[in-house]
Amino acid sequence: MNLNELSLTEVLEGIEKKRFSPQEIFADCQKRIKEVDEKTKAFITVIAETRNAIPFAIKDNFCTENIRTTASSNILRDYIPPYNATVYQRLIDAQFGLLGKTNMDSFAHGSSTETSDFFVTHNPWNLERLPGGSSGGSAAAVMADETIFAIGSETAGSIRQPSAWCGVVGLKPSYGRVSRYGVIAMGSSLDCPGPITKTVADAEIIYKTIAGKDPLDATTVDRSLVETSSFEPKKIRIGLAKEYLEVAEKPVRQKILEAAEVFRRLGCSVVEVSLFDPRYAISVYTILQRSEVSSNLARYDGIRYGSDRTYFNKENKRRIMLGTYTLSAGYYDAYYLKAQKIRTVICQDFEKAFEKLDVIIGPVSPSPAKRIGASTADPMFGEKEDVLVEPSTIAGLPAISLPAGFVDGLPVGLQIIGNRWQEDLILNLGKLFETETQYYKIKPKL
Amino acid sequence: MENKEYQPVIGLEIHIELATASKMFCGCDAYHFNVEPNTHCCPVCLGLPGALPVPNKKAIEWTIRLGLALNCRILEESKFDRKNYFYPDLPKGYQISQYDQPFCVQGKVILKEGREIRIRRVHLEEDTGKLLHTEIGGKKCTLVDFNRSGIPLLEVVTEPDFQNSQEVDEFLKDLQRTVRYLGISDADMEKGSLRIEPNISIKTKSVKGKAQNDEELPLYKVEVKNINSFRFARKAIEYEIERQIEILQGGETPIQETRGWNETENKTVSQREKEEAHDYRYFPEPDIPPMNFTPEKIAEIKKQIPELPEKKEKRFIKEFKLSPYQVDLLIETKELADYYEEALKINGKIDGRKYSSPSEIANWLINRKVDIKTVSPEKLIKDLIASKEVTSVSEAEMSRIVDETLSENAQAAADYKKGKTAVLGFLIGQAVKKIGPQADRQEITRELIEKLK
Repeated sequence: MNLNELSLTEVLEGIEKKRFSPQEIFADCQKRIKEVDEKTKAFITVIAETRNAIPFAIKDNFCTENIRTTASSNILRDYIPPYNATVYQRLIDAQFGLLGKTNMDSFAHGSSTETSDFFVTHNPWNLERLPGGSSGGSAAAVMADETIFAIGSETAGSIRQPSAWCGVVGLKPSYGRVSRYGVIAMGSSLDCPGPITKTVADAEIIYKTIAGKDPLDATTVDRSLVETSSFEPKKIRIGLAKEYLEVAEKPVRQKILEAAEVFRRLGCSVVEVSLFDPRYAISVYTILQRSEVSSNLARYDGIRYGSDRTYFNKENKRRIMLGTYTLSAGYYDAYYLKAQKIRTVICQDFEKAFEKLDVIIGPVSPSPAKRIGASTADPMFGEKEDVLVEPSTIAGLPAISLPAGFVDGLPVGLQIIGNRWQEDLILNLGKLFETETQYYKIKPKL
Repeated sequence: MENKEYQPVIGLEIHIELATASKMFCGCDAYHFNVEPNTHCCPVCLGLPGALPVPNKKAIEWTIRLGLALNCRILEESKFDRKNYFYPDLPKGYQISQYDQPFCVQGKVILKEGREIRIRRVHLEEDTGKLLHTEIGGKKCTLVDFNRSGIPLLEVVTEPDFQNSQEVDEFLKDLQRTVRYLGISDADMEKGSLRIEPNISIKTKSVKGKAQNDEELPLYKVEVKNINSFRFARKAIEYEIERQIEILQGGETPIQETRGWNETENKTVSQREKEEAHDYRYFPEPDIPPMNFTPEKIAEIKKQIPELPEKKEKRFIKEFKLSPYQVDLLIETKELADYYEEALKINGKIDGRKYSSPSEIANWLINRKVDIKTVSPEKLIKDLIASKEVTSVSEAEMSRIVDETLSENAQAAADYKKGKTAVLGFLIGQAVKKIGPQADRQEITRELIEKLK
């Protein structure tokens, strides 16, 4: 077995027992990248040097000092930041070593990596399929064993959806849990970095490494990472999101119902729950995110960074224009303000649900990975694909995507949504499910 | 320049750079006067991708301090907003400012004559970088210095309650003094840490034969920029009042525009016409959570406010029996006022003859232009006492010295008797010479006048 195929948990154990060195793992990952990355095209930048550190990959919207950081945009194609994102800093402080920077939708504008200004990333399960996005490069790299783990960022679905489509684990923490400092902003009130890993146990390790108050990000909170004192499956009340199942394609729905059965078998109580129609979240999310995008991208005005505004791609421009419109005098109340009000309604809807439930489960995406080219025909592709992850992101809730089986050889993702700050609960449940199902052991042939 | 038909309506927008050690949203050194360009910068104030603002707590407290000093109401919940616009000195493409929930609203200031000036709001924002238009290798270019980018900038907006330039002048000088008392800025116009933008319009008693409501404001206003001294503020306002009245007298309405003060030509010149208000697409700054201020927190900030000039003025007059003129000079700076009170304290411990009145001490301080940085209050009192010590001379001795002086200066004595009283000073001087520098001038004068009768 090559060391690059190990999970982080296995790697840590092996190093502890002196079976191999971090450098050997690093070298094996680099070898794997050389072998398969021309197929997956997960990486934009690969570090040449072999370090004596457990290797990881990071999405190319995390600033890395002296290492090119592009956000997959031609505007920043030669941008070298003079500072590190907090998440990256915490990882290298914890003795992890950077393998390279992964592909994404340009400025995270998409759910496919097809809006990347450089190239499309391919799904390791089927190279004709999309990996999802925007953290598609990170998810594909993990599934293809090009890295031990990766870091992604999510505004709505950008960690969960590619993790689901590629068959890996993706944790989107509560908004405010993990620092956004140094992450090239998309929708600032929603952006959230998180781990993409081979197992839930791995996700927990990385989550604990990167989470916590950051004096450089005013929206991070200072509170314990452990919210629940004990974990007893028999006491867990799971809500199966009715409307979410209805939106999903039938074979996907079937996998989620099977997952619900697994939880029942493990002693949890599973009841159907009716939530605010997730389709309303599409409008709310689109307006809030586009408004923030239009402001966040204003700094690429052609004066600095070397490329003027003509280097924005079609999707970038569409978002800037829509966001500028929704913030304009006379339209602000009708769009932005109304969206904020519905955001409050969605938050209250979840609050109500969590009075009687501990977590909510459902599909991550209505379908398994779509074909390459699918996103180009529809300007609202991402928003529709992400319909089942938008409500929880709007409410700032933590959620995890984990493998729940296969449909026609493509992985299906189950999501567990927790109440705010309850990452530990969804991680515990995820570990329980993963130990029982062991889908993570099934790997694609590349 | 009172004119019953034409009533000037003047409002002010005032920007004050706070003197905090670090910038508004990052840890960079906020001092930027005569500093090498782009040396006080970091990813945050350069607006680099991914950088995030973290508000400076002190700057917020100082803003509330000024708000309280201007009798404002402090909002319980406040937030920052993004003001979106393009300019090369604005690295993020938006300025972090405050839109609909500024820290302080609805204040007021009473002018000496009793007129009230309402304060609309006091809010906090970040300053921009500075553009330098220059030539490099014969090529014209513009350079950007980001040292000033992200300096905390406080904005005071008044209602259009001023009626003439004198009122504006009084208000501005009082505001500057208050800001300095609060220790939140040097409020120096030359350095640009205090910037004034007056907006001026003229209300006419009748518009096209229709009587105008007293509350109604004119349908236009002219904003004047580029003013860097109180004197120019006065001149610019006076110039505008005259210019606008002239236009109105010709039966026309002045256009709404921004004009700049041209100090060499002593006039305002049109900069740009404002068709519509600029759409800044304000929205709540998502990178900074909203802030709450409890009554306890506000009370805590209130405690940091020293006695302000207005109050000090009244107290000095009442407690020390000083004239308004004396007080005005003494309270010019907090340091001088404190120094004066320190001197009074020392003086209070001195008994009997050597005790000086508060007024005497005030005069000594004012007239001798004492440098309070080098002369301690103790030394000041010592000097004052020494000046009053006189070489005592017996009555007989005094009489003899005066006789001697008069006989030696017979011509002067004769002149005095003819009515040339100015020679008295000369005669006093001659007598002093005989006794010594600490001679009792009052006694000599009395004796001389007596003998010259």
